Amino acid sequence: MQPAPSRLATRTFDLDEVRSEFPVLSRRIHDHPLVYLDNAATTQKPLTVLDRIDSYYRTENANVHRGVHTLSQEATDAYESVRPVMQRFLGAASSREIVFTKGTTEAVNLVAGSLARGYFKKGDEILLTGMEHHSNIVPWQLAAEATGAVVKVVPVNDRGELDLGAYQALLGPRTRMVAVVHVSNSLGTINPVRQMIADAHSMGVPVLVDGAQAVAHGPVNVQDLDCDFYCMSAHKVFGPTGTGVLYAKEEWLERMPPYQGGGDMISAVTFEHTTYHEIPHKFEAGTPNMAGVIGMGAAIDYLSAFDIEEIQRHESQLVTHATGELEELGGVRLVGTAAHKTAVVSFLPEGLHPYDVATVMDRFGVAVRSGHHCTQPLMDQYGIPGTLRASFALYNSLDEVDRLIDAVRKARKFLS
Amino acid sequence: MTATATIEERADEVVEEFELFDDWMGRYEHLIEQGKALPALPDAYRDEAYKVRGCQSQVWVAAEPTDHGTIQFWADSDAIITRGIVALLVRVLNDQPPAAVAGTDLAFLDRIGMKEHLSPTRKNGLDAMVRRMKLYAEALAST
Repeated sequence: MQPAPSRLATRTFDLDEVRSEFPVLSRRIHDHPLVYLDNAATTQKPLTVLDRIDSYYRTENANVHRGVHTLSQEATDAYESVRPVMQRFLGAASSREIVFTKGTTEAVNLVAGSLARGYFKKGDEILLTGMEHHSNIVPWQLAAEATGAVVKVVPVNDRGELDLGAYQALLGPRTRMVAVVHVSNSLGTINPVRQMIADAHSMGVPVLVDGAQAVAHGPVNVQDLDCDFYCMSAHKVFGPTGTGVLYAKEEWLERMPPYQGGGDMISAVTFEHTTYHEIPHKFEAGTPNMAGVIGMGAAIDYLSAFDIEEIQRHESQLVTHATGELEELGGVRLVGTAAHKTAVVSFLPEGLHPYDVATVMDRFGVAVRSGHHCTQPLMDQYGIPGTLRASFALYNSLDEVDRLIDAVRKARKFLS
Repeated sequence: MTATATIEERADEVVEEFELFDDWMGRYEHLIEQGKALPALPDAYRDEAYKVRGCQSQVWVAAEPTDHGTIQFWADSDAIITRGIVALLVRVLNDQPPAAVAGTDLAFLDRIGMKEHLSPTRKNGLDAMVRRMKLYAEALAST
């Protein structure tokens, strides 16, 4: 990932101070202090985000883009002010390229659903990878079913890296779309998307990047990547649920037909013909998640105040410590050992089932995810029922990693 | 366990057993022991058709009518805590009249602090397993 010069680092990273800003971290679970290591599923929310949503509802709530009254104007301004925030965060050329969605899943569905209406033809190929989340598989399968296109899959090696040679070989004259995850949710692998995009573009193929797991852990710059589409969710980057962004190059948004119809996305409606609003509003039917979008803005402001490289260094310490300690324990299979990976450690104590281990770890206050992480094809490839996944965020500490290891040790003793 | 006990009587027996333990470790150890005592699933049933695929763990469940009008369950899971719950369900529901199985509410799991494992949101296959057990029972009750 390339540096994004648009971020303003104004705060020094102080772990204790950061932790004090996330109220939920002070909870106790089964009489132990909570160790929250399920950040790849969703992150916790800082006070600034909670306060922003609260004050929106208390003092600013009105429907956006509708009324001439003051409150509606203020709500519209607050809502629309998040578009340039997201533009800067993602490094987009224009705020017109920022479409607010319910999250990554809706963003992928928006693109796949819209392109299924006229873009994909019978026999076209949609190229995915073997480490995609189900939400970057199923929308394309639906588009393929509707159009007669076919889904092809780039294989993953045993370390959890994409086979780039196979990718290049699969890119062919029938390829009409590449959809790839930036950072794998189950393995933490950082995929070489910049190279993959360049390869696809050399064949005239557009690329969608699922950035859900990437944005909280490193700088993203969509212009530098040159991706055609980039999808993200607010809740994985310290913002509220039900909100996210589709970044799409302006030319694509102009070209694509609307995804859903309704209020706010039209400029004129008669029963004979409807003309659509300009981009990005063409893709935002209905009353949007105003509090969510405004909360997302606050979350991005929160994260952007730090030097992202400082956060990366901190998270990389956590991953290194966790990996080392798990290796030290012995009898633990590490799943996903890519050379480039982010804040995820996926593992499985030999002979144990992830459900059992996670259930016992919970009794010690340690929250990890167990299961196939919505990447069933990948787990099938590894021949395992799933893994335990510890995923870190900026507020996790080395002490918490020790608590994780201790809980694994105790769970193993209990279950063996 | 007595063969003639009702679902409620067997459930009460389970609850009494679990009340002997005053911490979660004891309860879970006892649960895992229950799973170990579960009769082995016949190979014929270890098949896709009898599998309930959860995203956390998987469960197999099959049912047969007995010659005295009750229902016999066979079940298993790949996770040992899930298998423990499976064993409790089989223990309580096995060899009961199909109509009684179809109508039971399984509240005893709440009383032993294991209810959360049965939550549909837990996705361990148990919730779907119970639905299948009841479907089998309803089908047998109506024949």
